[in-house]
Amino acid sequence: MRDATTLWVMIVLAAGFTAPAAAQTDPRTAEEFDRFRAIMEEANPAELFEVKGEELWKKRRGPKNASLEQCDLGLGPGVVKGAYVQMPRYFEDTGKVMDVEQRVVHCMITLQGFNYADLAKRPFSSAKATPDPISIVTYIAAQSKGMKIAVPQSHPKERETYAVGREIFFYRAGAWDFSCASCHGQDNLRIRTQPLPNFTKPDQAPRSFIGWPGYRMTGGVMHTLQWRLNDCFRQQRFPEPGYVSDTLTALLTYMGVNSNGHEYNGPGIKR
Amino acid sequence: MRKALTSAAAVALVVAGCAGMEGNDAELQKQAAEMMKRDFHARGIAKMDRLNQDELQRVCTETRDNPSPEVQKRLEAAEMAKIKLPADGQYLGDWKQGRSIARRGRGMAWNDKPGKTSRGEPNGGGCYNCHEMSPQETSFGSVGPSLRAFGKTRGYGVEIQKYAYMRIYNSKAFSACSTMPRFGPSHTLTEQQIKDVTAYLMDPNSPVNK
Repeated sequence: MRDATTLWVMIVLAAGFTAPAAAQTDPRTAEEFDRFRAIMEEANPAELFEVKGEELWKKRRGPKNASLEQCDLGLGPGVVKGAYVQMPRYFEDTGKVMDVEQRVVHCMITLQGFNYADLAKRPFSSAKATPDPISIVTYIAAQSKGMKIAVPQSHPKERETYAVGREIFFYRAGAWDFSCASCHGQDNLRIRTQPLPNFTKPDQAPRSFIGWPGYRMTGGVMHTLQWRLNDCFRQQRFPEPGYVSDTLTALLTYMGVNSNGHEYNGPGIKR
Repeated sequence: MRKALTSAAAVALVVAGCAGMEGNDAELQKQAAEMMKRDFHARGIAKMDRLNQDELQRVCTETRDNPSPEVQKRLEAAEMAKIKLPADGQYLGDWKQGRSIARRGRGMAWNDKPGKTSRGEPNGGGCYNCHEMSPQETSFGSVGPSLRAFGKTRGYGVEIQKYAYMRIYNSKAFSACSTMPRFGPSHTLTEQQIKDVTAYLMDPNSPVNK
C-alpha cells in the first residue's frame, strides 16, 4: 500500500501540480483544483481498494466460510452492477431501509458469521489499516461508475425514511445549537475558505454523493460516507452516532434522493 | 448536464410532495429524535444530554429558524437573562489574546477535553470560521456577517463595547435562531476570553479596526 501511495505522490509531482492547502475563493483556483482532481482520478489510489474489495467479496471468509456472492444489494443476490446508485433502499428481509455499508455489514454478519461488535470497534481507516467493509463498499461503488443516481422512493418505508432523514438534517441541538442545515442549508456559505454545498437543493445535493467513497490525500486513507457523517457530527458537537446506524441511513436517504438524476463517476479523490 | 439537473429537480419536487403527505411534521420530528437517541452514544465530553433540545433549539427546529414574532421575543428575553456582565464593569480585555481566540476553532467536540482542546489549549471561539474580521486574515468564512472595522464604523464608546460583549456572550439574545453558538451559556468561552474577543473587535489598536 505504501509503495502505491509513494508512486502516486511521484505522479503528482511529475505532473507539476501541488495540492492546494485549502479550496480558495478564487474561481480560477477552484477550477485548477478540479483539473488537478481530474488528473488524479486517472490514477486514483481508490482503485487499489476496489481490487481488494472484489477479492473480499468473492473469497470464502468468516466463521461460516462463505463468500458475499449471495449478498442481495437490492437487485438480487450477487448483483453488484448499479446497486450503489440505487441505495439506500427498502429490504424485505430486514423490513427496513438500508444504505450500502449497513447492508454490507448485515451480509457479513448473516452470511459469513462476523459480529457487529467486532466490525464497529474500529470502523474507519487509519494509516495502519483499512477495515474490510470500506474496501467492499469501494468495490461496489465502482460498479456503478457512469450511472445516474436513482435512490428509490417507491416503497412507503423509503418515503418515510426520507422524511425522517430531513427532520434529522434540521435537528438543532448540542453545545453549539447546530444542525446539519446550519452549514448545509443555505447557498454560498463557507467555513474559512471551504465552500459548503446546500444539500437541500438538487443542484448542490450531489456533492454529498459523488466523490464517495473517497481516497483522502490528507493521511492517505480511504473513507466512506460513514466516516464523513461521523466527522460532521463530531464537528456539530453532538455525541457519536453508531456505526451503520439507522440515523445515518435516514440522512443518506435524504441527501441521496435530493441527488437523484446526477451522474455518479465512481470512487473519488479528496483533499 | 442541464437535463440531468432538471430531472433531479423534478424528482425532488415529487419526493417533497410525497413526503409531505406521509405523516405530519410533529410525528416525524418525534420519530427523528427517538431514532437519534437510540443510535447515538456518549463519547468523551459529548454526553447524550446534548441531544436533548432546550426550548429554543426545539422551536428553531420546528419553525426552520422562523418563529412567530411573539415567540421570538419571548425566547430572546430568556436568552438575555442568561447574560452575565463582567462584575468589574470592564468589557475590554487583550486584543492579541482575542485574535488568538478568533483564529482557533477547536473545543467542545468529543475528542476535546473539558474547557480545553484535544491539544490542551483553551477553547477557541472559531470567529474566523464564519466572519471576516481583520483585513490581514484572508481565510474567513461567510456564515456570519463581516465584522471588519467593527469599532471604527460603530464608534468605540462603552455602549458599543457592552453590545459586542453581550453579542459574543449570547447572540441568541438578539436573534433567537441565529446560527452563532451561545459562547457564554454553553461554557465554551470564559468571561476573560469574551473580554479579549470584545477587545479584538473594539480596541482602536486592533487590526480589525485598521
